[in-house]
Amino acid sequence: MAAAVPVRPVTASRARRRHRLRVLAFLSPWLVGFSLFFAYPLAATVYFSFFRYNLFQLTPVGLTNYRFLFKDPYAWRAIKNTLWLVVVMVPLRVLFGLALAQLLTRIKRGGNILRSIFYLPFLIPPVAATVAFVFVVNPGTGPLNGIAAKIGIHLPDWFNDPAWTKPGLTLLALWSIGDVMIILLAALLDVPRSLYEAAAIDGANAWQRFRRITLPTISPVLLFSAVTGVIQTLQYFTQAMVAANASQGNADQAGTTTAPGYPDGASLTFPQTLYNEGFQQFNMGYACVLALVLFVVAMFFTLILLRQFHAFGDEE
Amino acid sequence: MSPRPWRLITASIITAVAATSCTAGGQSPSGGGPKADAPQTIEVWHGWSAPHEVKAFEDAIAGFHRLHPNITVKLVKGQDDTKILNAIRSGNPPDVVSSFTTNNVGQFCSSGALQDLTPYLKKDEVDLNLFPKAVQDYTQYKGVRCTLPLLADDYALYSNKALMKGNRPPKTISQLTALAKKLTVRNPDGSIKVAGFLPSVTYYEHVPEHIATTAFGATWLNDQGRANFATDPAFAKYLRWEKSLLDWYGYDNVKKFVHSMGQEFEASNPFEKGRVAMAVDGEWRTKFLQEEAPKLRYETTPTPVDDARANTYGGGFITGTVIGIPRGARHAQASWEFVKYLTTDTDALVTFANGLGNVPSTIPALASPNLRLPPQFTTFLNVFKNPNSATIPSTINGGDFVVKFQSFVQDQWEPGKVANLQQGLQGLDKKVDDALRLAGG
Repeated sequence: MAAAVPVRPVTASRARRRHRLRVLAFLSPWLVGFSLFFAYPLAATVYFSFFRYNLFQLTPVGLTNYRFLFKDPYAWRAIKNTLWLVVVMVPLRVLFGLALAQLLTRIKRGGNILRSIFYLPFLIPPVAATVAFVFVVNPGTGPLNGIAAKIGIHLPDWFNDPAWTKPGLTLLALWSIGDVMIILLAALLDVPRSLYEAAAIDGANAWQRFRRITLPTISPVLLFSAVTGVIQTLQYFTQAMVAANASQGNADQAGTTTAPGYPDGASLTFPQTLYNEGFQQFNMGYACVLALVLFVVAMFFTLILLRQFHAFGDEE
Repeated sequence: MSPRPWRLITASIITAVAATSCTAGGQSPSGGGPKADAPQTIEVWHGWSAPHEVKAFEDAIAGFHRLHPNITVKLVKGQDDTKILNAIRSGNPPDVVSSFTTNNVGQFCSSGALQDLTPYLKKDEVDLNLFPKAVQDYTQYKGVRCTLPLLADDYALYSNKALMKGNRPPKTISQLTALAKKLTVRNPDGSIKVAGFLPSVTYYEHVPEHIATTAFGATWLNDQGRANFATDPAFAKYLRWEKSLLDWYGYDNVKKFVHSMGQEFEASNPFEKGRVAMAVDGEWRTKFLQEEAPKLRYETTPTPVDDARANTYGGGFITGTVIGIPRGARHAQASWEFVKYLTTDTDALVTFANGLGNVPSTIPALASPNLRLPPQFTTFLNVFKNPNSATIPSTINGGDFVVKFQSFVQDQWEPGKVANLQQGLQGLDKKVDDALRLAGG
């Protein structure tokens, strides 16, 4: 009896250790990936943000890069533009995608054809789509403004007028709505018909059915669209840069004197500023500060949206 | 802490880092490599990509193969400065690189990304006076010569003979202004049908450095290497002239015209289409005109200059492609032989210039009877040799000061948003200097 007492804790401790090792072994691919591709870049970004670093020479500069952020007119312009896109473009994309998906669920004939037509622009590579879109709405060479003018509508100079550039980019994003639309369409088709039938028997009208049945059922998908939309918009780069270059008639290359964010900084997004500082000016230390700002903002939005997501889970 | 917040935080970090990661690393070692007469292969990165451009490069180095049969040259087309710098930084650079822009020479030289060529030049007693002075200037930074010129570009005035209606091309800014107004044809609604000369910096090559530098003698940086916009009166003079002619056309009319003219390097170019009587452009336009508008009758003359600087007429803005040896190049000796051949051998330069329609970058090549270029090209050869020709200075942060000035003119000055020009230029100076300091300049 006396000898058996110390054996049990040792066995239990070994078992626990083995269990932990097994867990770690299973987790190791993820841990390695996380360390290499997420933790290290993040730590390196913080580290280099305190240096002047042009990819060759590393000079400690303390908080200089952080202080410069407060007087960098490009960065603040980019922050404002990116926030505008997050606040306006993301909700509009979700709403427009939902409206199209809703429409497609109602159409009896030709739904498949319309679905393909609405989805097609999303399949076009972003650079080609943007160049084509800028051409179509160009007031001088494009057909859209000309046709509109013939019927008495004077459309704005979308990508050359600072006031209309972001609405123009939003329009471009709505044209490529296929990704959001298809996800929401799948969600709408997933709503059990029996719920609508029961509501109809209870006398619910179309709005009440949408408000009380459709919306709660597809809420997780809507939230997913919003989360991914915000993250995509925080990374918004290609379309803004291509639209700026295409609308001012320049083929951008290193060394050109193109001011970023044409016209008048209206299309300058935060990732574009980051790219410009890091890979055109080679101010890597300052680019790391910008990356950290983007990190904090992205994390803030993601936390808010994921908390909401969990709230949905709790309700269920 | 319960597992849920951890999950939240982890998921957020993954999302955010995926959106933002900014990585960097250490330095790569310098290289030396085998002697130039040993059998070896060197890798040469360049930016040209069109088939006729690639062929021109291959033709230009045919003589090098004969001279150095032991060195095999592997040409890699379509490379830009970002790829070049990333390759150097990774410690696995090519042996020779060429860059389309002179703007990054300051960065290349100050950071040591490209090797200082001075020891090689001294060893082989290469006379730098082979190159015009402006070219010598734009291929070095603060005494560190890390690049040599590989062909050049310069700018002059193109005039459409039919639209000039018998008038001679202008030599001074006042003549240019008067002629621009005289030759302009408007539509009934006041919009521009044919422009005499568009002063806007948004018109293709009418960017400030191409006009303000030599036409007005603007000095971009002062002796301390700081922005000079508010101090040098040439900038205010240039801007006031530019705005007064722009306002004569009407800002909205110019904007409408510029935004309707399409891409610069297409047959829809308004000079090629006969919608612009006079335009400042690079020498390459002669090649485009040959191919896209062969029937257009035009002539070229040096860019008009400010009346107070009439004695400097004949010069123009110069820039060009540069070539150098990255640090860490594995065959540095053979690379130097290649760079020396391509930048100083008259036949190689002439062959290359003929193939690309560019200006050869040495004085002997400029005088070569083997140059086969259209008669209008002579102006560009003369501009290149002219002592009044100039370029912009190299800085540690490339052409940032040019980009900021362009942005100021395009977005603030031309639309009339600048109430006090002097104050505006002082603010611009501060922005440029802040950015220079950030980069360590």
